[in-house]
Amino acid sequence: MDLTHLILSILIWLPIIGGTAVLFVGDDGDAASSRAESMRVLVLLVSVLTFVLSVFVYSSFDTSTADMQFVERFEWIPAFNVYYYLGVDGISAPLILLTTFMTPLVVIAGWDSIKTRPAQYFAAFLILEGLMIGVFSALDGVLFYVMWEAMLVPMFLIIGVWGGERRIYATIKFFLYTFLGSVLMLVAFIYLFTKTGTFDLFAFMEAPLGMTEQKLIFIAFLLAFAVKVPMWPVHTWLPDAHVEAPTGGSVILAAILLKMGGYGFVRLSLPIVPDGSQYFAGLMIALSLIAVVYIGMVALMQQDMKKLIAYSSIAHMGFVTLGFFLLWSIDSGMGAALGITGGMVQMVSHGLISGALFLCVGVLYDRVHSRQIADYGGVANTMPVFASFMVLFAMANAGLPGTSGFVGEFMVIIASFKANFWFAVLAASILVLGAAYTLWMIKRVIYGEVKNDDVAELKDLNQREYIVLGLLAAAVLLVGLWPGPLVDMMSVTIDQLVEYAGRSKL
Amino acid sequence: MTLLGLICIVLLADLFVADEKRVITFWLTIAALFVTGASLVLTAQETRTVLFDGSYVSDQLSHVLKLTAVGVVAVGFMYARDYLHQNKLFKGEYYVLGLFGLLGTMVMISANSLLTMYLGLETLSLSLYALVAFDRNSATAAESAMKFFVLGAIASGSLLYGISWIYGITGSLQFHEIAEAIRTSPDINGVPLWFGLAFVIVGIAFKFGAVPFHMWLPDVYQGARSPVALYIATAPKLAALALTLRILVDGLGDLHEVWQGMIMVLAVLSLVIGNVVAIAQSNIKRMLGYSAIGHVGFILLAVFCGTGQGYAAALFYTLTYVVMAAGSFGMVILLSRQGFEAELLSDFKGLNARSPWFAFMMLFFMFGLAGVPPWVGFFAKLNVISAVLDAGFPGLAVLMVLAAVVGAFYYIRVVWLMYFESAEERAILQAKVDTRFILSLNGLAVLAIGLMPGWLLSLCMRVLG
Repeated sequence: MDLTHLILSILIWLPIIGGTAVLFVGDDGDAASSRAESMRVLVLLVSVLTFVLSVFVYSSFDTSTADMQFVERFEWIPAFNVYYYLGVDGISAPLILLTTFMTPLVVIAGWDSIKTRPAQYFAAFLILEGLMIGVFSALDGVLFYVMWEAMLVPMFLIIGVWGGERRIYATIKFFLYTFLGSVLMLVAFIYLFTKTGTFDLFAFMEAPLGMTEQKLIFIAFLLAFAVKVPMWPVHTWLPDAHVEAPTGGSVILAAILLKMGGYGFVRLSLPIVPDGSQYFAGLMIALSLIAVVYIGMVALMQQDMKKLIAYSSIAHMGFVTLGFFLLWSIDSGMGAALGITGGMVQMVSHGLISGALFLCVGVLYDRVHSRQIADYGGVANTMPVFASFMVLFAMANAGLPGTSGFVGEFMVIIASFKANFWFAVLAASILVLGAAYTLWMIKRVIYGEVKNDDVAELKDLNQREYIVLGLLAAAVLLVGLWPGPLVDMMSVTIDQLVEYAGRSKL
Repeated sequence: MTLLGLICIVLLADLFVADEKRVITFWLTIAALFVTGASLVLTAQETRTVLFDGSYVSDQLSHVLKLTAVGVVAVGFMYARDYLHQNKLFKGEYYVLGLFGLLGTMVMISANSLLTMYLGLETLSLSLYALVAFDRNSATAAESAMKFFVLGAIASGSLLYGISWIYGITGSLQFHEIAEAIRTSPDINGVPLWFGLAFVIVGIAFKFGAVPFHMWLPDVYQGARSPVALYIATAPKLAALALTLRILVDGLGDLHEVWQGMIMVLAVLSLVIGNVVAIAQSNIKRMLGYSAIGHVGFILLAVFCGTGQGYAAALFYTLTYVVMAAGSFGMVILLSRQGFEAELLSDFKGLNARSPWFAFMMLFFMFGLAGVPPWVGFFAKLNVISAVLDAGFPGLAVLMVLAAVVGAFYYIRVVWLMYFESAEERAILQAKVDTRFILSLNGLAVLAIGLMPGWLLSLCMRVLG
């Protein structure tokens, strides 16, 4: 039986069904029991198998076409003309790979640091993984929205159950913020449905829309995606959620969930409401630059490592939105594609780097139970291997050439130069600010004298941590040194996207 | 349908026989409901049949609503059994009154004239008043029953008054003749008729519990014993929907523009007040009461559209709401133990540590009611929003989703208590196998219909579209 044409469904449902199975296997209420051990093996098997299958998607992906690939289309809700409609193109495939790559790492990282109710913890991550892949491959508005919202539930539980002290506040804030953002997107979808009679995203792209309609729809989309990205000034849930979430939750939140916002802009906003996007492009660029400069400065002042990385995430995601909305400020077509490509590469790279940094903080937190920068100092003396990894990721976060962080940032800065000199000046400040806050943190945490007894007693990475950070380091360097395959994968799709976004619907 | 009356008589007879072996009554009731359901399925016809000289109608709408009513009443009885046993309330009256209430509900569902409607309504209401006061030793139950009775009597009076005006002007009690009269002589479509209409709408609003005629609802939910609250939260909602659709659509469909405004005011107020006030509740039954008011806002907004799509959306919403409400109250009942009424939200604390499966099911109900996909509540809301947008009211659609966000807060608070707080009580929930099974079925149905809503949507469209 040939299952290749069902590969996307398998990628979505394998983790979801696997997660449900994990719930039934359970853990006997004891993280050390043999049952819990076999449960964890099952989780790892499912997540690794999902990754292997997604590599298959990558290997048989046709980079020469902008059409959707591995398309599946079944009737789902005939009364509303809703289809179970899946497919990937150059902008969703890399994000799916990122998702399937990060999940096993999170599983390994949480292997024995999760003591309470591990079965529910791992089940939540597996179900979340399936839903995230669903968001990236859904081509029908209702299906997209279902996946998009359903994702909130496992994340809500992950932060709320396994989070830190103020976890309840953080998780309720996370849930309500994102829920409020997305419901208006639903209204926009239904409005487009009443116009076109279908929820097919491609029909939305073809639908003729007036300027007022486009502006309103853009705002509805903007609220949903800006909260997710998050853009200044609706970013305030993120530091709270990140700080309180367990390490795995922070990693997935930073690596994948934030990417949904960026993905939404390129998948929905730009092609469906091109004129609306053009109208608001100036505002978007302004908000992105504020995120880069202002949030960068905020990051500089953080005392809590997780908070610092959270603010750094907001600043870096500002770069992504900047790249997307430079489109109309650039005259030549080449530069427009460059901005979007840069934004996409930046999304993938930020997923790897921020995930890695949160894992690093998690490694320290597991040992000392503190996230405060002031509680550390001289970690390099006791944990040399860990220190070299963390320095590498910090350098990548600061955009050092040779790491993945450089590629996307460089592309976006070039594109903004083509658009406007001052955009480029402000955008380039991320290189300075990013280096400042990241390296300052490194200086205080990693280098210097051994600060206290806790640090003196630190043990270096164990095997699992070594594997996780090693794989991430390899990925960061791979994308940094050889971004060709990633860019090739996206280029045709992005050219088509530029064309879609460039034509007026009026 | 007449079968049900027969079964009630059988049951009444049984009361005199059974003494302390009331389990017989219980199983007999379930059997009666089963037979009723089966006969409904067997006699269901595609065509519309009018019976009893035009005062009674059997159509697809009535089949769907009746079958659901029988189903939820049976499920409610199943949930209630252990609870009643433990609280020494295991009496035949509960079942007899419940069955009479069901009879009233079914008469309303099939009513084709104003008088039949009123007859059904009173049968239902009187059973409900008695059910609320069913625990004789409880002062709060007696108080809420009194409140319910007095306010209910006023509402019934208002409805009857409105009916008399409509009858006086159109010269008929049957819905299709009323519609005919308005169509043939447009000059009667004037203030006097609207006056009657306004009183009818007051009656409808009261039965639904729409703001500002909602005052009884939270008090009754709180004061009544949990199984009774479950009953009030389910079957009468179906009856109220039938009341609305039959009178406003079948009978006074041509006055759509007149009643549209009134329904909108009721719906918007219900949406806002129901959802906002629910946040402040610490009693779960009361919270579910206010949440019911919020949901009524959605149902009324669907009716408000005045389109086939809107009516179908209202039907879909009511059917799915009833399933979710039954499950939520089922959980409240399950949580109560001997001599202890689980009423406070804090009783749900740490349920995940005590009984993960039940906590999981409650999570289904809460996210379902909140309208988070993939649970079915999402599609119910989607359906209504779609109908409202189609009718050309984007502002109302935005209001609805904002109300849904407000509502999400108090539903996820229950989830938060169950999952994030540690338990004060360690005992694992005790439930008989059949209760456990039905509750799981109920919870999984909320998910399964959400994953595969197509057939139910099509059914609702076909019935009313």
